[in-house]
Amino acid sequence: MIPQTFAYKKAHTIDEALALLRAHGDDAKLLAGGHSLIPLMKLRLSTPELLIDIGGIRELTEIREQDGRIELGALVTHRMIEFSTLLKQKCPVLPEAAALIGDPQVRNKGTIGGSLAHADPAADYPAVMLALDAEIEATGPDGSRTIAAREFFQGLFTTALRPDEMLTRVRVPAMPPRSGAAYLKFPNPASRYAVVGVAAFVKLAPDDTCAEVRIGITGAAPAAFRATRAEEQLVGRAIDDRTLTAALEDLVDPDDLLSDLAATAEYRAHLCHVLTRRALRQAAERAHS
Amino acid sequence: MEARSYIGVPVRRVEDRRFVTGQGRYTDDIVLPGMLYAWIVRSPHAHARIRAIHTEKARQHPGVVAVFTGKDMLDDGVGSLPTGWQIGSDMKEPPHYALAVDKVRYVGDGVAVVIAETKAAARDAADLVEVDYEELPAVVDAAEALKEGAPLVHDEAPGNLCYVWELGDREATDRALATAHHITKLEFVNQRLIPNAIEPRSAIGHYDPGRDELTLYTSSQNPHLIRLLLSAFVLKVPEHKVRVISPDVGGGFGSKIFHYPEEVICAWSSRKLGRPVKWTAARSESFMSDAHGRDHITTAEMGFDRDGRIVGLRVRTIANLGAYLSTFAPGVPTWLYGTLLAGQYKTPHIHVEVKGVFTNTTPVDAYRGAGRPEATYVVERLVDLAAHEMGIDPAELRRRNFIQPDEFPYQTPVVLQYDSGNYEGALNKVLEMADYEKLRAEQKRAREEGRLIGIGLSCYIEACGLAPSKVAGAIGVRAGLYESAAIRVMPTGKVQVFTGTHSHGQGHETTFAQIVAHELGIPLEDVEVVHGDTAEIPFGMGTYGSRSLATGGSAIYRALEKIKAKARKIAAHKLEVAEEDLEFRNGQFIVKGTDRAIGFGDIALTAYVPHDYPDDLEPGLEENAFYDPANFTFPFGAHLSVVEVDPDTGKVKLLRYLAVDDVGRIINPMIVEGQIHGGVAQGVGQALLEGAVYDRSSGQLLTGSFLDYALPRADDLPSFEVGHQETPCPHNPLGAKGAGEAGTIAATACVVNAVIDALYHLGVRDLPMPLTPERVWRAMRGLPTDGAAS
Ligand SMILES: Cc1cc2nc3c(=O)[nH]c(=O)nc-3n(C[C@H](O)[C@H](O)[C@H](O)COP(=O)(O)OP(=O)(O)OC[C@H]3O[C@@H](n4cnc5c(N)ncnc54)[C@H](O)[C@@H]3O)c2cc1C
Repeated sequence: MIPQTFAYKKAHTIDEALALLRAHGDDAKLLAGGHSLIPLMKLRLSTPELLIDIGGIRELTEIREQDGRIELGALVTHRMIEFSTLLKQKCPVLPEAAALIGDPQVRNKGTIGGSLAHADPAADYPAVMLALDAEIEATGPDGSRTIAAREFFQGLFTTALRPDEMLTRVRVPAMPPRSGAAYLKFPNPASRYAVVGVAAFVKLAPDDTCAEVRIGITGAAPAAFRATRAEEQLVGRAIDDRTLTAALEDLVDPDDLLSDLAATAEYRAHLCHVLTRRALRQAAERAHS
Repeated sequence: MEARSYIGVPVRRVEDRRFVTGQGRYTDDIVLPGMLYAWIVRSPHAHARIRAIHTEKARQHPGVVAVFTGKDMLDDGVGSLPTGWQIGSDMKEPPHYALAVDKVRYVGDGVAVVIAETKAAARDAADLVEVDYEELPAVVDAAEALKEGAPLVHDEAPGNLCYVWELGDREATDRALATAHHITKLEFVNQRLIPNAIEPRSAIGHYDPGRDELTLYTSSQNPHLIRLLLSAFVLKVPEHKVRVISPDVGGGFGSKIFHYPEEVICAWSSRKLGRPVKWTAARSESFMSDAHGRDHITTAEMGFDRDGRIVGLRVRTIANLGAYLSTFAPGVPTWLYGTLLAGQYKTPHIHVEVKGVFTNTTPVDAYRGAGRPEATYVVERLVDLAAHEMGIDPAELRRRNFIQPDEFPYQTPVVLQYDSGNYEGALNKVLEMADYEKLRAEQKRAREEGRLIGIGLSCYIEACGLAPSKVAGAIGVRAGLYESAAIRVMPTGKVQVFTGTHSHGQGHETTFAQIVAHELGIPLEDVEVVHGDTAEIPFGMGTYGSRSLATGGSAIYRALEKIKAKARKIAAHKLEVAEEDLEFRNGQFIVKGTDRAIGFGDIALTAYVPHDYPDDLEPGLEENAFYDPANFTFPFGAHLSVVEVDPDTGKVKLLRYLAVDDVGRIINPMIVEGQIHGGVAQGVGQALLEGAVYDRSSGQLLTGSFLDYALPRADDLPSFEVGHQETPCPHNPLGAKGAGEAGTIAATACVVNAVIDALYHLGVRDLPMPLTPERVWRAMRGLPTDGAAS
């Protein structure tokens, strides 16, 4: 398919990109890996007049450790995450999730910044960002600000980013001792995006009860969300069958969930249960070992 | 020295070098000087009256050369796309114009074409064509379409009924079922599928005004038929002034057999404009405009006596034909379906009634297997379910009903006479390969641990090698179904083979060359197979119905016999002996009992440099043959699958898939295995993943892209375990039956049977396909599956 005619400019720095964004407003779109934007343009569901290619901003392609956190530039690709030794050591759930995105071609092009900014309700990273309590850095005309993951995903393809801002960095914690995380995905048989994806983070207290628990769920609702009710029930308890059954009782309300060709809300609610239970168990096991 | 044998040898496919190095040449690769690009404006509505089409703005768009509508074509005398199969004298055949004239009847129906200097300009201008639609209520479900007061798709077809077709003895079947000891009944939908060839359809019309000749390049499985239909029925131009070329074609699965509107549009507009016009489908256009497959609603009852012997089968099917009759549409859910309902069993009485119905959906036609997978699904689901209901092992129940090897030729109650077979042999072989007893024991143990394992069988039969022309005529095919071949031996002994079949992935360039090299005793490299150009090939009926080897290969064999007969005359002359004194071996004519011989190369040279040559013999060495088969061929086999169902999510994992197929004599086992693999993948796709979904009220195609339409991928499938049995076809010279569709025909029922086997003890006796996790999950919980997402 053929997109509508558009102009193309390449930005080499964050400032250049922001200046172009400011000058062209709604008519412009940032282009990162293009693996969400270009399919939409080919179907003419998105018809920007200008593409601002940020792919050349070198400073946003790094993964580094800083102050006990891992910082990823917005242009870090899924493939770089999948193969990062630093992440595999310090925050292995992120490479695990990245490996489940699309296929190698998609992972070679798609970026974490693009995925988060696009906020596809079925994307994988959002669940992980929520479970890890990640910070997202947005840079605008007035400089940078940090947005907590749980504030970031606001609705269907909607985030806390302002139109004149770009997502510049993501910071996730290095896994503290006695903690573990897991991401489980129930893929749509056609698109392989998540029908439901659940990321769980568990930090154990010395007595093996949960000191900290976070559950991020993607795919189920218009925006990825934290299952805070269940989290609260789990803190102070050990992860076992009985606790899980009680804690996950009202994990989600089917009325809040999506219904589409792949799954009804009722089935999605059920999948949320199954995957959350499995993810919590896996995270707890990892926290133990 | 023994020459190399090429029969039964897994020779590497000669075409693959060009395909895997990106040097294949498909229609869209062809760029002609002055070529223009067409973009079709398609209906966004499932059903609407066209009040007016405003094309001025589009015409003024930079780069646009012309905009045409259906009315322009009609005014110019362009006819309707014809149907090649008549079902009964009463069949309703409403016109199908390349571009809609009065009404649009499905989402994707063409209304106008924009032709421009670039594809981008054509695409942009297409948005400027304003069509004033008066929306009408739409109907997409065939059962709904038959109800009183349903929206009428064509005024010519009251009640949306195209035809009612019956086969078999109604009274005898009713009687048999009335007194049956046990009846197994199923009501189900054999869901609509979208073929999804990797190469989207493409066409280029190229009119040469100097010669008044029209060339159509098209991604077709069937170039000669397209030439015939295009010239004689649609454009009404002389057939000898039309040339159709189908270069490399990237898959078809049936969807490229048919004559499509875009072929007409490109051919006609090229004549109008005097420049070549190319159209290539975008993937989303493929989804909505390639003929779909299947889409049956069926009620079937199979009766058994006390011993588990089948006493009768009654089948009622409503077949969705879509909005218009595609080229072979009427025949697929009738003759290619009802005649196969005996399966491998001695079913004494069968009666089938099929209603062909118009709806506001994409036309439906042959898709890999075409009618035969649907028939196999009916028979194999019923037999398997009956086994569960009667508490008999599914393999045992089949054994009690098989037609026995000494009962061939076997006349079924539904027309066909099976030529040969050993059904129990194939079943035994697959059970042995799988270690069936052990599998059952493992299944039992797994169940005790709360794991859900299922084992499914499918014993299929198909009628292939289409087809004896007399039979074709008797069942309403408006064509003969013979095949042609020409063999041209060149002065240097190299050989060109011209076949009327068309390869779109099956490896004909290899298999056919193997036959020729083997028969003439020459190296494979000396043989070139040519197909897909009506200017080069005498005539042809194309490739479908697993016919290419059995019918096209047999034509090649016949032409080779003529070549060898003439070569023998030349050899006898040269060696100064009688023809009877010669034997042909290893590419040489040898005087029996001596070492005097002449090689095939020398004979070829002599034929073209006939200095020393028989007086009464024409020079040259080139022969034609037409082969009209005496009967269909009847490949068969037994497949077995093992699945595991996740009790928490309902997700089905296919653990093992075993196939034993008898496709007759095998020329290239590797190619046969490849065909089985691909076929099984597609059959599994229907069972577990694929299904076209239309919105019931708006008629929108909801599965219009790969985001929503799930094709099987490598990691959905286990490594297949393939075995063979070889019972030669008794009535064609190669003994070949055909292998292209076997996998698809068997696999769907096989996998569904396995899943039901895993769940039967939970009270699940049937599930709608595809067996999505949600449907399985609901069924396990006793919830209705029709509320499930598809
Ligand atoms: C076949 C296929 C399969 C896929 N499967 C999956 C899957 O399983 N799971 C999954 O999660 N994703 C999947 N994706 C999506 C993929 O991960 C995309 O790469 C990702 O969603 C977008 O990243 P991108 O870099 O390609 O962004 P782009 O497509 O370039 O941009 C996406 C949007 O974000 C905006 N944007 C990009 N970067 C920034 C920035 N730094 N700041 C602000 N706005 C920005 C763009 O303007 C645009 O609106 C798949 C994609 C394809 C094509």
